[in-house]
Amino acid sequence: MSLVGGVSSARLALRWLLVGEFRAHPTRFLATAIAIAVGVALGFAVHLVNGTALASFGEAIRSVNGSADLMVRASSPLGFDEAVYPKVMAADGVKDVSPVVVLDAQILPPASEPSESGPGRRFSLLGLDVIRAANVTPSLVGTRSGGVGEGRGTLFEGRDLFLSRAALGASGASIGETVWIEANGQAVDLRVAGILPGVADDQAIGTMDIASAQWRFDQLGTLDRLDLKLADEAVARDALEALLPANAILDSSETQTTRGDALSRAYRVNLDMLALVALLTGGFLVYSAQSLSVTRRLRSFALLRTLGLEREGIVASIALEGLAIGVLGTVLGLLMGYGLAIAALNLLGGDLGAGYFSGTREHIVFQPKAAFVFFLLGLAAALVGSVFPALSASRAAPAAALKNTGDVLDPRDGVRIWPAILLLGAGILTTFLPPVADLPIFGYAAMALLLAGGVAGVPFLARALLSGLLRLRIARVSPMLAIRHVYGAPKEAAAALCGIVASTALMIAMATMVLSFRIAVDEWLGQTLASDLYVRAEAGTAFEPVVQDRLAGLAGVARIDFTKEVPMTIAPNRPAIGLIARSIDPGSEASSVQLIEEETDTQSELPPAWVSEPAARLYGWAPGDVINLPIGGEPARFTVAGVWRDYSRQQGAVTIRSVDYTRLVGDESRMAGAITLEPGADVEAAEAQLRTALPPALRTSVSFARPGDLRDYALALFDRSFAVTYVLEAVAILVGLAGVAATMSAQTIARVREFGMLRHLGVAKREIMEMLGIEGALLGTVGAIAGIALGLVLSQVLIHVINPQSFNWTMGTHVPITTILAVALALILAAAVTAVVSARRATHMNAVLAVREDW
Amino acid sequence: MRSLARTLPDGRRLFETLDLSVQRGELVAIIGESGAGKSTLLNILAGLDEYDAGTVSIAGRDLSELDEAGRTQLRREAIGFVFQAFHILPYLTLAQNVGLPLALVSSDRSKIEAKATAMLSSVGLGERGSGYARDLSGGELQRVAIARALVHDPMLILADEPTGNLDADTAETVLRLFASAVRDRSAAGIIVTHSQETARVADRILTLTSGGLRAVENQ
Repeated sequence: MSLVGGVSSARLALRWLLVGEFRAHPTRFLATAIAIAVGVALGFAVHLVNGTALASFGEAIRSVNGSADLMVRASSPLGFDEAVYPKVMAADGVKDVSPVVVLDAQILPPASEPSESGPGRRFSLLGLDVIRAANVTPSLVGTRSGGVGEGRGTLFEGRDLFLSRAALGASGASIGETVWIEANGQAVDLRVAGILPGVADDQAIGTMDIASAQWRFDQLGTLDRLDLKLADEAVARDALEALLPANAILDSSETQTTRGDALSRAYRVNLDMLALVALLTGGFLVYSAQSLSVTRRLRSFALLRTLGLEREGIVASIALEGLAIGVLGTVLGLLMGYGLAIAALNLLGGDLGAGYFSGTREHIVFQPKAAFVFFLLGLAAALVGSVFPALSASRAAPAAALKNTGDVLDPRDGVRIWPAILLLGAGILTTFLPPVADLPIFGYAAMALLLAGGVAGVPFLARALLSGLLRLRIARVSPMLAIRHVYGAPKEAAAALCGIVASTALMIAMATMVLSFRIAVDEWLGQTLASDLYVRAEAGTAFEPVVQDRLAGLAGVARIDFTKEVPMTIAPNRPAIGLIARSIDPGSEASSVQLIEEETDTQSELPPAWVSEPAARLYGWAPGDVINLPIGGEPARFTVAGVWRDYSRQQGAVTIRSVDYTRLVGDESRMAGAITLEPGADVEAAEAQLRTALPPALRTSVSFARPGDLRDYALALFDRSFAVTYVLEAVAILVGLAGVAATMSAQTIARVREFGMLRHLGVAKREIMEMLGIEGALLGTVGAIAGIALGLVLSQVLIHVINPQSFNWTMGTHVPITTILAVALALILAAAVTAVVSARRATHMNAVLAVREDW
Repeated sequence: MRSLARTLPDGRRLFETLDLSVQRGELVAIIGESGAGKSTLLNILAGLDEYDAGTVSIAGRDLSELDEAGRTQLRREAIGFVFQAFHILPYLTLAQNVGLPLALVSSDRSKIEAKATAMLSSVGLGERGSGYARDLSGGELQRVAIARALVHDPMLILADEPTGNLDADTAETVLRLFASAVRDRSAAGIIVTHSQETARVADRILTLTSGGLRAVENQ
C-alpha cells in the first residue's frame, strides 16, 4: 500500500482522533486557536488601516490632479517659467495642455477681515484656464449655483471661487458670499461662485481663474503644473524630457501616489513586521501546546502504530489538528482584525498615530487578497507549529512508548548547539546585505534568523545556566528536584519558553531602539532649539524683508535667523526633500545645526550646501560632492559643505545660505525665525514686543513658541508615533506569557504520576508546589536571560541596519536598564506564579489515582 | 487495623469490619478480585485515603489522630512503597532516586549517598548508582524501587502489584528479593495482588472480600 494510500484509507480513524482530541481538550484547542487569531488579527488590522490610508492618499492626489494623462510639475512651490507652456503645447504626442497654478491657501470665515481672525481653514487653491481644463481635467471645473446655464459668459470672472464640498463646509461660507483667501503672503477677497462636483467629498480644494490667481497672489510669470492630454504617451515623454527646464519634472498621479507610499512605507512595513511577530509568537505557542499534547499521547500513538496506522498517519493526525487550529484561529483573527482596524482608525487615524496622513478621513474597506494572505500565514504558523512535534512523535518507537517506563528523559542526552550557531551566524551575515527597494528586507530576515537561532539555543542555555546550580550542595528536596528536572528536560524548557523568548527579545529590542532614538532626538532637539524664541508664519503668509529688518532691530533682540523651507522634488519617484534657506550658515558657530560630517577643503567656488543625514544616505551625497538642485530654469550647482543631523525630515533636506536662495529665486520672504535675545531679556515681554511690531495682517497668522514647548511637542509626537508599537509589543508579550502558562500547566498535568509517587514517599503538597514554583522561576530566568540577550542583539540590527535603511538616520545605543529589569522580574514572577497555580491543580488530584498504572 | 469500614461514593459498602495485624519481619499478601478494594485498603494504610469507621494504627500512631502533615511525616519515616509502574524519576540518577526518602529527612549528602549506594548493592545494582532509568530493564527498575522503599528503614512496606509489569522469571527474582529485604530488616510488609503466584512469597495470605479478610492456606 502506498504511503498516501495508507493515510487516505485511515481517513475515518484520523477524523475520530481529531474529533476525540477536540472533545477531550476543547480549552487547549481553543486557546491555541486564539493565539493564532491574535497574531492574524493584529497583522490584518495594521494592513487594513495602512491600505485604507494609502487608498485615501491616492484619492486625494487624483482629486487635486483631475484626470490628466500626464503632467509637467514644478520641482518646488517656486514654480517654473510660464514660457515652458507653449513649448509643451507644441511637443510631439501632446494633444492638449491645461496650465495650473497651485497655492497652499487658507480660507477665512465669511465676513472676517484678515487682521481680525486667527488662522483659517487650509485648502489647495488651483488657478485654471477653464477652457483648457474642461478638456484635460474636467473634474476640476466648477458648476455655478444656478446650474450649467447660469452665469454663462462669465467663466473668466476673476473674483469667482469654486470650492469642493469639503472646502465649502470647512469655510462656513454659502454660495454667493465673499470670503478672504490668504496665499503666498497675499490676502484676497473672492466670491464663492459654485462647487466642484467632480471632486471627492472629503477633499478640500478650490479653483479660480489662473490669470487672477497669478496676478492677485503674486505668481506672475510662473506656473506650478501643466496638465496634459496625450495623443501618444511614449512619443510625448521622449519629447518632453528633452525640453523641460531643471525645475520641472514629468509626473503622474501614479508616481505621486508612489511617492506618498514611499513616504510612510518603511513605517508601515515596520508595523507589519511587528504584527507578524505576534503571529510568530502564536506559531511558537502552537508548537508548545502540540509538543506537550504529543508527549502526553505518545502511548496512544504507539497503540495506533501497533494497530496498523503508518508513521505518516501519526504525522497527518497531528498536522490535521494544526490545520483545524489554524482554520479556526485565522477565521476568528480575520474577523477580529476587521473590527480592530475600524476601532484603530477611529482612535488613531489612518497612519496609526505616526502623522504621515494627517487630515485625511477614511473608512475601512475589506481587502479580500490581504485577507487570503493572512489566512495562509495563520495556517502556515499553526501547521509548522504542529509538524515538528508530529515528526518527533512519529519517530518514537511504539514498543518503548507502550511500556511507559518513564525513560523518555535522560539528563545525559546532549543538546545540539549547532543549529543555533548556524542560524545565529546566518542572521549576523544577513545584516550586511543591502536594502531591497529601499526596504530593509534582509534586516528583517536577519532578525527572523536571529530569533530562530536564539530560540534554538534555549535548551543549551538552560543546560549551561543550570549546570552551575547542579554543583551546589542543595540539601532541600524541592529545589534539588526542581533544578534537576529543568536541567534534565531542556527540550521541555524550550517548548515552554520559545514564544516568550521571541516576544521578550522583540520587546527588549524595540525598547532599546526606541530609548536610543528618543535620547538621540532629545539631544538633537536640545542642540537644535538653542534660541530663546521661535516664530512661524502660517501657510499663505510670510515675513517680508521690511518686517524681518523691523523685528531684528527691536530692543532686546540680539539676532534672528530667518529661514524659508520649500519642498523640492529631486527624483520623481521619491518624496520631496526640504530646501531650507537660512540666514546663518549651518557651519558657523552661531548655528544650532549639528554637523556630523564636514568638508575640510573650503576652496570650492560653488556656493555651499549642507545636506541632512537622510538626504546624504538617500541620494548618496557626501562632503565635497557637487550637487545640482532644481532651483530656477538651469540646475543650480552647490558643493556639499557638510552633513547635518536631522530627525524631523525622513525624506531629507538641504540647507543653503539665505543670500544664495534670494539670488537664485528672487524671493526675499521668509517663513520662520529663530530669535536670540540679549542676555537678561524677558522672553514674554520680547514676544509681546515682536507681535506688536508685526504688520496688522500678519499678527493673527503668526505663532510664537518657546524651545521647551517645541521640545515637548516634538517628544509628544515621537511618543504618539510609537504608541502603536508599544501595543503590538504588549500583545506579543501577553501571547508569549499565555504560552508559558499553557505550557507549564500542561507539563504539570503530564507529571501527576510523579507528584503522586512523591506524595507516597512523604513529600508534602506544599513542597511539590514549592518545587514547581522554583521550576517556574528557573524557566522564567532562562527565558528572561535568553530573551533579553537576544533582544539586545536584535536591537543592534534595528539601530544599525533597519533604522538607517528604513528612515535613513543613525543613532547610538542606550540600554533601557529599568525596562530590562522590570521585564526580567515580571517574567520570572509570571512563570513562577503560573507554575504554582498549575501545581495547585495537579496536587489536588488524588495521589492514589496518580500512581495507578491504568488510570 | 480494627473494624475498618469503607463506603464508596455511590453508597456501596466496599468492605466492613476488616481486622488485620502485621508484625515486624512478617510479610502478608492480600489477594482479591479486581474491584475488591485491595489498593484502597493499601492507600488507607498509607494515610492517603479515607475510611468511614474503625482504627488504623501504624507504629503505635493512630492515623485518625494525625492531620495531613502528620500523615506525611509518618510516610516519610515509617512507610516504604513499591509500585507496579516503578515510578523512577528519569531526571535523577539511580542513587538519587534511592536516596530520595533520606533527602526528605536529612541534609547530610555524603551519608545519603553512602546509604543509597549500599542499598543499591543489596539489590544487586551497586555499580549502577550513577546511571539513569533509561539504562535499566523493568526488573532492574523494580529492584531500584525496592531499594528506595527500604532505604530509610521503614517499619511498614506496602507493595501494590509489584510484579504486574514484569515477566514471570523476573517477577520471581524481584519477589524473592523483596521478601528477604523485608524480613532481613524486620519490617512489616503487605503486598496486594491479584496473583496467587505472587502471594506465595508471603508468610500469610488473606483474601479480601466485602465481608472481610479471610485467611488462605499458603501452598
